[in-house]
Amino acid sequence: MSKDIRIKKGLDIKLVGVAEKTTTNSSKSSVYAVKPEDFHGIVPKLIAKEGSQVKAGEALFHSKSDPRILFSSPVSGKVVAVERGARRKVLTVKIAADAKQEYEDFGTKDAAKMSGEEVKNHLFISGCWPFVKQRPFDVVANPNQAPKAIFVSAHASAPLAADLEYTLAGKEAELQAAITAVSKLTEGLVHVSVGADTNSPLAKLKGIELHTVSGPHPSGNVGTQIAKLDPINKGEVVWILTPQDLVVIGELFLTGKLNLTRTVALTGSQFSKPQYVTAISGASISDVTANNLNDDNTRIISGNVLSGNEVKAAGFLGYYDNQITAIPEGDDYEFFGWNKPIFNKISTSRALTFSWLTPKKKYDLNTNTNGEHRAFVVTGSYEEVFPLDIYPMQLLKAFMYKDLDEMEALGGYEVAPEDFALTEFVCVSKQPHQKIIREGLDLMREELG
Amino acid sequence: MSLKGNLHNLKEKYKGTKMAPAFNAIHTFLYLPNEVTHGGTHIKAADDLKRTMNIVIMALIPCLLFGMFNAGYQHYAAIDNSLRADVLANFFTFDNLWIGIIKVLPLVIVSYGVGLLVEFIFAVIKGHEVEEGYLVTGMLVPLIVPIDTPLWMLSVAVVFGVVIGKEVFGGTGMNILNPALTIRAFLFFAYPTWMSGDKVWVYDAVNMSEADAISGETMLGYYAKSGQDLTIAGTNGAADIVTTYGDRANELYSTFDKFMGFIPGSVGETSTFLILIGAAILIFTKIASWRIILSAFVGAAVMGFIFNQVVAADIITESSKFYGLMSTVWWEHLTIGGLAFGAVFMATDPVTGSQTNKGKWIYGFLIGFISIMIRVFNPAYPEGVFLAILLMNVFAPTIDHYVVQGNVNKRLKRAKVKTA
Repeated sequence: MSKDIRIKKGLDIKLVGVAEKTTTNSSKSSVYAVKPEDFHGIVPKLIAKEGSQVKAGEALFHSKSDPRILFSSPVSGKVVAVERGARRKVLTVKIAADAKQEYEDFGTKDAAKMSGEEVKNHLFISGCWPFVKQRPFDVVANPNQAPKAIFVSAHASAPLAADLEYTLAGKEAELQAAITAVSKLTEGLVHVSVGADTNSPLAKLKGIELHTVSGPHPSGNVGTQIAKLDPINKGEVVWILTPQDLVVIGELFLTGKLNLTRTVALTGSQFSKPQYVTAISGASISDVTANNLNDDNTRIISGNVLSGNEVKAAGFLGYYDNQITAIPEGDDYEFFGWNKPIFNKISTSRALTFSWLTPKKKYDLNTNTNGEHRAFVVTGSYEEVFPLDIYPMQLLKAFMYKDLDEMEALGGYEVAPEDFALTEFVCVSKQPHQKIIREGLDLMREELG
Repeated sequence: MSLKGNLHNLKEKYKGTKMAPAFNAIHTFLYLPNEVTHGGTHIKAADDLKRTMNIVIMALIPCLLFGMFNAGYQHYAAIDNSLRADVLANFFTFDNLWIGIIKVLPLVIVSYGVGLLVEFIFAVIKGHEVEEGYLVTGMLVPLIVPIDTPLWMLSVAVVFGVVIGKEVFGGTGMNILNPALTIRAFLFFAYPTWMSGDKVWVYDAVNMSEADAISGETMLGYYAKSGQDLTIAGTNGAADIVTTYGDRANELYSTFDKFMGFIPGSVGETSTFLILIGAAILIFTKIASWRIILSAFVGAAVMGFIFNQVVAADIITESSKFYGLMSTVWWEHLTIGGLAFGAVFMATDPVTGSQTNKGKWIYGFLIGFISIMIRVFNPAYPEGVFLAILLMNVFAPTIDHYVVQGNVNKRLKRAKVKTA
């Protein structure tokens, strides 16, 4: 039974620097990195030692809580460095890539003939399990739980998001193989959502519940779709996968190789030519963005402007990310910036801000906070951009004062940090919503999980 | 070096010192700070709290300017009643404005001066930034006090209101009661003989003898006593005027006067017309909740209408002391006293008001409803808006609790259906 998901509350943030639909191959990086921080909640136990040789797909580390969950090297080469931070926390595992790539062979499989356990084990050994994430808590899925459904959002509504219809074109076979495999993991349905009127390669897959989504961002957030289709109750778990990760899983089943090559969108006003490039996950940012990036006082983000992570040019592409955004830093003062009429910034109010006059205009926003951190004062503004049936401010406050009963009762199981990205964007008091939600979810997972 | 550069260097110099909040308050008044995002969203919308507060102040400016002219107009009209014959010609005069400048501006200056001083001291002691809450409070306070409020009384009240009404709870965003109304309530309860008399509403009315001036009653004062006899000593040998308070009020002020605000009252609350313009600004800019404003007016109209029906049904007689205000036509209640001002500028305070959209409907309605109830039944001082809003401030969290509980129950029910 497919369903149309239509939301009205939300906000499309239109920015300068939409990626043009041409793809070039980025030059191969000499060093790739896997950052355990990309896998929130995972404490890594190193398998590969510094100096050892690994093939693409060979495990670098496993999860301390479940040794079956392996994390693989995206390339073949030599582990050149394991960088640690405070309390010897592993920050990055760096691999110097071989000139000729060698892949670990996991063997071709026909998922249709496999049982759920077999699929699960295959994902474990190949390092593909981390692609399966779960709600509640928005972490890598706990394989011991049975999800009531699996959700895939193929509708990208975030600012400047990669056009999945373009980046996944021609990947139907891989997607189908992956869907066949992951559908073995649940008794329930595999929900796939696509935008209205698209030729998404996911629209024709078999064995899925197809839904069409329309409305402003966060219509493409999987959390919004879960809330509209099959909201999470206490004690229930759903698993989520992204379409680009399904392609990797599909290729694993069809070829036996773990190929983490993705089509990455380079977006934002600081790229001289915003476009798509192919790159392997963990590639160095400077290689992926070579000859294209204006790196003068620029914020580089692995991911989108709302919930991506800040990286330096010397840093590395995030494990899950299929987008790099570059926007100007906003570290300058603005004379009477708090009271003069504003035409070049986005606002949901009309308080001498005029973005409501030009809904189609593309803005070149910078990273200035446009004001200082304050206590919560204004009410009612979050609700306008928050489509879930949850009271956002009340939930945030419960997360801040860490009342577990209230966190649970107000809908803590249903949210992920990215669901609070828009409320954080519009917040007059400049509160760090996503951080509050992340920390609260970690606490809930620890105490109630 | 430029002003921007110099200020930046000073900011770095003061960083971490006790004086940093005080310096930053002035710095951020001139310049939007150079802070950038860290973690979370990398971009932010244009609005901040300063901008939000600034819009409220701009919406109050028409009321303030009108209040300044009205201060002079009521003063001169009390001396020479014939001025009322042609309001429009005698209202916007420099003489009137001058009274406003010497009487209203000091109220504004004292309110801001004392209030911001308290805020700065608390910011320095507690090491947080100076928050913008008082920018609006400081403007509201002079508009809701009688013109002849002594400045020392105002200062004491402001200190009380800011410290007890706000800072003890943790500052802007944490308070339970609206600080401006706390200040107003303090004035009323600390100096009742002065504040509830009929002499403070018109500049210098205290020094005018009955012989050469009409009393400085507010509309509510007249209506409260509407059945009672009023004898005004005739001036220049003319015969004494014998009338009732109600007739006298109708003789002095037309409906147009009441709506436009050419009547005595607190400085900025008299002009329903300009308050509605302020409401339009606040609603259009999405700063204030239209739900609260609308439901407050509806609540007041409903209560007024109920009282009208009580009178129409002869349940009370003209001899009742409640008769005057109870028989006031329901829509007229909306144009007199502080109801409109309270509904638009005070009830909509997001911190002390209800915070859920459903709650706002209930909260606003009850404010209007209770305002008129207190107005009618309070014999000593026929104004109920500030008490009604303070009362509902206290109940707003309870209203929200039940609204949010509805959401929680829906979630529990969903889980139960699932497991059943």
